Formats: sequence, structure tokens, C-alpha cells
Amino acid sequence: MTFRRTLLAACTALTLALGWQGDARAQGTIRIGMTAADIPLTHGQPDQGFEGNRFTGIPLFNALIAFDLSRADRPTPLVPALATEWAVDPQVRTRWVFKLRPGVTFHDGSPFNADAVVWNVRKVLDRDAPQYDPRQVGLTATRMPALRSAEKIDDLTVALITSEPDSFLPYNITNLFMASPVHWQALRAQHPTAEATWNAFAASPSGTGPFRMTRFVPRERAEYARFENYWDTKAKADRIVLLPIPDANARTAALLGGQVDWIEAPSPDTVPQLRARGFQITQNVQPHFWPWQPCFAAGSPLADVRIRRALNLGVDREGLKQLLGGFMVPAAGTVQPGHPWWGNPSFNIRTDKAEAARLLAEAGYGPQRPLTIKVQISASGSGQMQPLAMNEYIQQELKPLGVNIEFDVVDWNALFGNWRQGCTAPSARGAHAINVSISTMDPFFALARFYDSRMAPPASNNWGFFNDPRFDEMIRVARTTFEPAARDAALARLHAAGVEEALFIWFAHDVSPRAMSPRIRGYVQPQSWFVDLRLPYIQ
Amino acid sequence: MILYLLRRALYAIPIALAVGFVCFMLVQIAPGDPINAIVPPDAPGDVVEQVRRDYGLDKPLPVQFGLWLFKVVQGDLGRSLATGRSVWSDLSTAIGNTLMLAVCASLVGFVMGCTLGGLAGTFRGSWIDRAATGLAVAGVSVPHYWLGMVMVVIFSVQLNWLPAMGAGPGGSSDWAWDWEHFQFLVLPTITLSVIPTGIVTRTVRGIVAEIMNQEFVVALRGKGLTTFQVFLHVVKNAAPNALAVIGLQLGYLMGGSILVETVFSWPGTGLLLNSAIFQRDLPVLQGTILVLAMFFVALNLIVDLIQAALDPRIKRA
Repeated sequence: MTFRRTLLAACTALTLALGWQGDARAQGTIRIGMTAADIPLTHGQPDQGFEGNRFTGIPLFNALIAFDLSRADRPTPLVPALATEWAVDPQVRTRWVFKLRPGVTFHDGSPFNADAVVWNVRKVLDRDAPQYDPRQVGLTATRMPALRSAEKIDDLTVALITSEPDSFLPYNITNLFMASPVHWQALRAQHPTAEATWNAFAASPSGTGPFRMTRFVPRERAEYARFENYWDTKAKADRIVLLPIPDANARTAALLGGQVDWIEAPSPDTVPQLRARGFQITQNVQPHFWPWQPCFAAGSPLADVRIRRALNLGVDREGLKQLLGGFMVPAAGTVQPGHPWWGNPSFNIRTDKAEAARLLAEAGYGPQRPLTIKVQISASGSGQMQPLAMNEYIQQELKPLGVNIEFDVVDWNALFGNWRQGCTAPSARGAHAINVSISTMDPFFALARFYDSRMAPPASNNWGFFNDPRFDEMIRVARTTFEPAARDAALARLHAAGVEEALFIWFAHDVSPRAMSPRIRGYVQPQSWFVDLRLPYIQ
Repeated sequence: MILYLLRRALYAIPIALAVGFVCFMLVQIAPGDPINAIVPPDAPGDVVEQVRRDYGLDKPLPVQFGLWLFKVVQGDLGRSLATGRSVWSDLSTAIGNTLMLAVCASLVGFVMGCTLGGLAGTFRGSWIDRAATGLAVAGVSVPHYWLGMVMVVIFSVQLNWLPAMGAGPGGSSDWAWDWEHFQFLVLPTITLSVIPTGIVTRTVRGIVAEIMNQEFVVALRGKGLTTFQVFLHVVKNAAPNALAVIGLQLGYLMGGSILVETVFSWPGTGLLLNSAIFQRDLPVLQGTILVLAMFFVALNLIVDLIQAALDPRIKRA
């Protein structure tokens, strides 16, 4: 009897121990190969585009409002983060009041409160603030064009002041990450300047995010550990290791060789091999589109809506998808059907070469009288997908319709600069369209900056100098409609009108492919540029 | 000798100025804008101008160049536009990593090249000569980044023998000379050594063949020296030229391994330059090129001194 009891107890203990060990192993360390050539900045306002937000912004820090990244089956709505609720002041519509989440602490243990919010707004908007950092201005203020200042109301209530009534502010401030003022002040005492202090802060950042940084080797690696005092659901993985591997082949080799568990953007050519060896390939439509943005200035053939519509109808996007190994979604607008801003446009973007030929003939062009269009493109670049192959495919598709496409291929950095200067500037070199991929995370960046006549260069990215008072009014209405559903309805009308006027030649939405080890579990790829690193773990 | 050293050091000053100026102007002439290293492409014009003013990029070019030069002569290479970090801190780490790779590749290239070249020169016209010359031609002809990718596919992906990328399991900052770390060096070293091996082989073959025809070799043989003893004399005569070639190759490898470092994600000066070029990170570009140019000058000087020490005729000249 004693022996049987002992045996039973031993078996129970062994089972419990194995069960506990299995659970512990289920967490593990995830090593991620990024496309960036360096670790994105870790002082709270990441560079390297949205890859920076994805890997050093959201995991280490929080904003007042965040995107819900927990589901893959819908566009990502805004959800409370460090603010639990927010509303515009009905009397003064340039004043937003935010209620802050109680009990949140930074990684250094200091409390998050209204003073911290004011301090973080001042770091990018107040040149007289001791913590003002010009580097962060470029990375942050650009994404919050209307925000002007912040005022503390009480410890857990803060007001944000905008330059004009702006219902887009909640989207904008998902980009303002909260760094710890207490930790910064402690570092300031050891460093001669604010700039040096921010550099020291970047080496040992303190935010409120689900991970805290434990090791930082510039240009080589950043290591995170789970933050055990996180205010929301804690991360499942124990550690995250980020490795910058800019070359796609090197990333793939690192995954195949077992040096990393997850890579961003595998080269489409390698996907069959990765699949054959059991790796997971994930993708989902991203708020991103890959278009030609037309020039509307006098003399540009794309000022004619018939030609813009013809180009939209004259390309077989399924063929383009095949070219990319399936890693795109054909675009019929800036956002996808089903998105709250879609709006059911009456012009249906599809492949209809006969209609395209008819529209071109109506405009006076065809195979007998070809139309020549010059497009400024890059050979590569962040978010640009595979610009050379894709543009050449489109060139071949349009040729039989009597549309000759000429390319002005420039460096990606140069294309950025030219984008800000407009199609009438010498830098455009006579181009009738420009090929820059576009993020559509928030309504200003998806729509307003292209359709608003006030956003013409140098103000913003209305490169083609589009100018239509109807659109200006629709944008004004959307920006001053504060009830979210009504605002989305106004944006849907704007989007539909833009498609009907064919204000872009839309080709593709990116799907952000990733390849990862079969040992990774729990990963969700939302319809976003971002991912929630709290969810995946290693089994 | 001291005067000679001083004179050579003085030569470095105009070279440094010219390198700094040319690099600065090339970046300015190239399409694109350094401001793109700091602000995203969708930044409104007023924010771009504000940041441009904050960084002094709105100043006239001669003023910008003068300010940079003023700092450089005080030993300050400035700060990266993209990261805000000191250029010297990133550069010194990168130089250490590249130097490690370049020295290893040069050593392999030197040993392999001298061996193959010596054999080819000694046995001129034989199958050994043809095989060594063939290898040398292949070495200088094969694109080394392609070779690197092929080796990664074979040794990392298929056989899983060696790591495909990086500079150690925990990065270069905790490098140690044990197998766990050294294995990261193997593939990039072999890839990078292919060109020096080819060049040194061809050079040494030519020199050895020429020396073997000289009268003193006949005299040595006539005095009854063994083949090995004759070979030692030949090596001593060939060494200055071979050293000069490998010295130059080390210089090239220091600055010219951009592609190989990118293929292997090796965190050296090549990878640093690569990202700085794409980001138009002017301070990093200027600082890196200036330091590499000075390294090249110093290396030439060292090679000259070693040559003079090995060959008294050069010293007399």
C-alpha cells in the first residue's frame, strides 16, 4: 500500500513537473529578422517607418490610443490604451479631454500620469522645453499635424489642444509614444545636453509597453524581456531578440539555418522552399496601397478623368498578383471593400480592356495615336514592393491599348524628396505620375493629404496639385465630424468620390508576408502594419 | 627615416581634405535629401523646414562643410543624422569588425596566393602552373557576393554547418576567439579572400618566374644549394612586392567589402556605409570615408616601411 501510494505520489509529482516545464517552454525567446539596416530608434519615437513602430514603438511604449491588433478578420479599430476615454470639448472643438488609465507604471517604476503626457507632448512641440528633441519632431510632429499643446487638468485627466477642429486626432496620437520623464531626468543629471540624454535614454529606454529592453547593441541587436508589471494582458514570450538583416536572401538563409525564428518580407522566390521545409508563411491585407499618383497640372494627360479611368481599367491585377507569387491584393481603391471608409463608389475598378480602349478613344488616343505617359519610379525602397517588375508588367499591359509608358527611375531617397516638391517642380522631370506606396492607417494620411488643395507642395503630398472645392468641403466636413460613425461615413463619401474621379491609378494592396518557424504559436497577423508581440510564443 | 615619416604624414593632410571635400560634394550632387534621414516622406513642408533649420542643413554648403571640418580637426566626426549617435562610436565598432574580417581574409589570401603563386612560378608551364593560374583567374573573376550567397546556401541552409549571418551568437560586442564565435567568421572570410588570393597568386607567380631566371639563382644552384635553400632566397627576393600587393588588398578590403558584409549582415564599415548611403546620412558617410581613406594612407606608409626594411635597395633609393 505504502509503495503504491509512493508510486502514485511520484507519478503525480512527475506529471505536475512535466506539465509546469511544458508551460514554461511554451513561452521562450523569439528571434526576429527585420528588414531594417539598424535597430529602429528606441527613445520612444521610432524611425525606419512603421517597421520602427512595430518593433521598438509598440512593444516598449504605449500611446494614449492604440489599434486593436488582436484579430485578423477586420480592419483594426481604435481602442483605449493609456487613455481610457476621450472626447472633444463640445464648447471648444479644438480641445480634446483624455481620461488616463490609473495604476500604470513605467519600466523604471515611476507612475504614468497627466504630467507625463504633457512632458511627452512638449518633447516634440515646445522648443523651450528642456526635453525638446528635434530628431523626434521630424518623426512625430509630422504624424500629428494639428496637435499644438497639452494641458494637465488633474493627475489623470489631460487636455490636448489642436490648431483647428480635427476629428482625426485620435488616429494621429497613436504615434505619440509615452517615454518616462523620471528616467529621462535621472539620465539628464549625468549628461551634458538634452541630445546626449536622449541618446542615453535610447540605450536604456523606459516606457509602459509589454516588453522592456534588456540589451542594445547598435546596428546589431536589441533584446527585450517581458515586463511583468504591464497594465494589460502580459506577453506570452519571455524574450524577443531583434536582428536587423536588410538583405532578403540573408534573412531567408538565417531562418532556414535556424538563426532566427521569424523573418519579415521573405523574397517571393524563396517562399515555395520555405513552405516545403515546414515554415509558416503568413499574410494579410495591409492598410497600404501601391499606386500611380497622377499629375493634374495643365498639360498633363492625366488631368483628363477619362484617361485616368482607362488606366485603372486597362491592367489585369490578377496577373500582377501572380507575378508577386500571390503576395498582394488587387486594389480597387485606397481602402478595401468592407472598410468603414469604402463608401461604394459607382466607378468599379476592374479589368475591362474594351472599356479602357473606348475611354481612350473618346479622349483621342489609341493604338493608331498612342498616348505617352512618363512615370517617376524607384528601383526599390521601403514599402515599394517590387517596383521594377510591377511597373514593367503594367507597361506591357497598357501597350496594346496604345499607351506607351516611359519610366524615370530614381533612387528611393530621391523619390521621397521629389514627392514633396510636386509634379511641376524640376525634380519631377516632366513626369505625369509618381509611384510611391502609401500607408492608409489614418484618414489624414490615407485621403486628406492627397485630395485637399491646401495640401499641395510644399505643405504635404498632394504631388499632382489636385484642386476641387467639392473635395475640400468633404474633407472639412470629415475633420469636423466628431462622432466616430458619422466621421467614418463622411470619409466613405470622400473615398467614393475619389475613386469615381479616379484620383489615383490603384494597383495593389500589400499583404506584408512573413515567414516563421513552425514552433511559433499564437501569432495573429492583423490587417495592419503592426503586430501585437504579446501574442506569439515559442513551443 | 623620421623626416621621411614626417613628409609622408604631411602628404596625408591634403589627401584628407580632398577626400572630405569630394565626399561632401558627391553627396550634395547626388539626388535625394539628407533631411530624409530624419523625417518621414510624408512630412509636411513646414515641419521639414523646421527640422532642416534645427540641424543646420539650411546653411550654405561652404558653411556646412566648414563647420564639419572645424569639428573634425578637433577629433569630432559629428553625430549621425539618422540615429543621433556619435559617428565615431558606431565607426570604431564597425572598423574593429571589418578589420578582423579583412585581416583574416588577407591572411588567407596571402598564404594561399603565395603558395599557389610560388608553386606556379617554380613549375612554370606544368599542370601545376595551369591549375594555379586557372584558380587565380577564377578568383578575380567570380563576383564575391555571388560566391557568398552560394556558400550560404550550401554550408548554412543545406548542410547547416556554419551560421549564415551575424558576428557571433550575441553580436560583435561580446566576441571571443572560440569556435562558437569563430564559425561566424568562416564564410565571410573565405568569400572575401577569393580576390586577394587570385591577385597575389598572379603577382607571386610572375615575380617567382622572373627571379628563377636570374643569374644569381643559377649561381646558387651551381654552389650546390638544395632546392629548398634556393627557394628561400627566391622568397626573400619576392617578399617586398608580394607584401606591397597584400597591403593594398587589405586597404581595399577595409573599404570595399560592402557587398560581402551586406550578404552576411556583418556589422562592419561596409554595412555602415551601405545604410548611410541609402539614408543620405551625411556625417556617417563623410566620417567613414575619411577614416577609411586615412587608413589606406597609413597602410601604404606601413607597407613602404616594411618593404624598405626587407629590401635595402628601396631604403637607399
